[in-house]
Amino acid sequence: MVERTPFLNFFTHVILFVGFVLCIAPFVVVAIAASHNLRDVNDVPMSLLPGSDFWLNIKTAWTTADLGPKLLNSFIMAAGVAAGKVIISALTAFSIVYFRYPGRTLIFWLIFVTLMLPLEVRIVPTYAVVANVLSPYQAILDVTGLSWLIEKVSGVQVSLSLGLLNSYSGLIMPLIATATGTFLYRQFFLTVPDELTEAARMDGAGALRFFIDILLPLSRNNMAALGTIMFLWAWNQYLWPLLITTDQSHATAVTELKQLIPNVGGIPEWNIAMAGTLIVMLPPLIVVVLMQRWFVRGLIATEK
Amino acid sequence: MEKRVTFGSWTIGILFAVPQLLLIFTFFYWPAGQAVYWSLTLQQPWGGGNIWVGLDNFRSILANADYWNSITASLVFAGISAGLAMFVGLVLAALTDRQLTGSRFYRVVLIWPYGIAAPALAMAFRFILAPEAGFMAVVNQVWPGFWDPGLDGTDAMASIIIAFSWKYVGYNFIFFLAAFQAIPRSLIEAAAMDGSGVVRRFWDIQFPLITPTIFFLLVINITESFQDSFGIVDIMTSGGPANATNLMVYKIYSDGFKGLDYSGAAAQSIILMVLIVVLTIFQFRFIERRVHYR
Repeated sequence: MVERTPFLNFFTHVILFVGFVLCIAPFVVVAIAASHNLRDVNDVPMSLLPGSDFWLNIKTAWTTADLGPKLLNSFIMAAGVAAGKVIISALTAFSIVYFRYPGRTLIFWLIFVTLMLPLEVRIVPTYAVVANVLSPYQAILDVTGLSWLIEKVSGVQVSLSLGLLNSYSGLIMPLIATATGTFLYRQFFLTVPDELTEAARMDGAGALRFFIDILLPLSRNNMAALGTIMFLWAWNQYLWPLLITTDQSHATAVTELKQLIPNVGGIPEWNIAMAGTLIVMLPPLIVVVLMQRWFVRGLIATEK
Repeated sequence: MEKRVTFGSWTIGILFAVPQLLLIFTFFYWPAGQAVYWSLTLQQPWGGGNIWVGLDNFRSILANADYWNSITASLVFAGISAGLAMFVGLVLAALTDRQLTGSRFYRVVLIWPYGIAAPALAMAFRFILAPEAGFMAVVNQVWPGFWDPGLDGTDAMASIIIAFSWKYVGYNFIFFLAAFQAIPRSLIEAAAMDGSGVVRRFWDIQFPLITPTIFFLLVINITESFQDSFGIVDIMTSGGPANATNLMVYKIYSDGFKGLDYSGAAAQSIILMVLIVVLTIFQFRFIERRVHYR
């Protein structure tokens, strides 16, 4: 530091420590509550010494909410969204940065606008689209008169229908349809020196080869950052999976938490609820702790 | 900024953009257009298509006291939780930036809450703030009836604000810390040489230099409070008691999927979309220009 400030330093340590305690306390409370038996967890005040029923509660929560398959679903969804984002954003950014076709600015703005409206606010119509993902195309055919034409010519009535409710693609695809990653790549591609492109072209590399052999290996850091952020974001989705998984087989771990809210009547089983909460919060927490560097980097880069 | 060296082939270039364009057309532009269409029409009870009703859906929503209550609740929630999360994040970041022993440790730990799913932390806080067990029960023993989010609207609102702020303190902390660390050390040292103390340096140098970050985070926190609140509300209060925590996204969900009033829900979505777009444009156009020191 610039000068000696013993009083301020003391104050700094105190405040930061209080912040640390407030930040960590809910995790600790959840873990401790998950280790108590039914009577102890409802004690006022609850004992902060861990009880002995930890594994029993974890097991009960695991079977009550059927968490095994649900965690797998969560994992498939999160990995799918992360992979989809990493790949599709890279392709789009490459197209926007490295080509000069007419309508490029329009495409740029079309993608940019999607940053503004999160899935939550257009949830009702998106649900309708996922119920029949081809309905937009059917409507276009109907309006342009093409389906009438096809019916006249071939005698086949056009009715396109493909429902994605209760499917992994229905879970994943709408979550990929935003621009978050595209701009991360775009910023990075713009910093790649032009000389590199020139050299590659001189050596006879086409667009595809340049993209795969030069650009993608260079963007490894971006991919890790974007992948981490998107994995967490998708894992933590709640409203979307809640809506489109009417069937239990595709429900995710986060939506299953609702099953564990204690009933109003009787003694609330908070120990079970907290054990379930602990299981659901653990995977993203592990990702944050292990991938901290990428997480922070991705967080700052995707928003700016 | 543009590239000087590009590739010639138009077709390949457009092909690269096609997957993204298909996705955003199907899952973004079409639903957004659909929302506009639904908001201007009314679904017939016996099927047979929608009838055009113009702005009637908006009129009936805006005449509905429940809806205004929901807007008020959302704004109160957005204002207080953004203020709280940003203030705490700012203080913690400013103190961590002093780089005393242990600051690296805080830098690591304080981000953890942001990784947690909103419903999971809502569950944790539902227990911590429960009136009959957990920790507020202790307070209730001393002052009976002091705290009951199940019956008292203010208590319920306070609970969801606490849960949301807890998550977003870490988020704001990261951005504030990055902003503080981007300030050249030489500026601070020069000011110290001229005899200004820590507080003076904060208000006259650091604070003005991080105002862009403050405004940026303000917009993000408010828009996130509209979206990310859904899981918290659904787990902690289900919009109750007596609609005290019936925030806008939650109301859209319950009207659209539980009440099956697609037209009303669509009209509400449109209002929310406009609100968010205005906020975003405000951020890009107005704030970015007025507060720029680089």
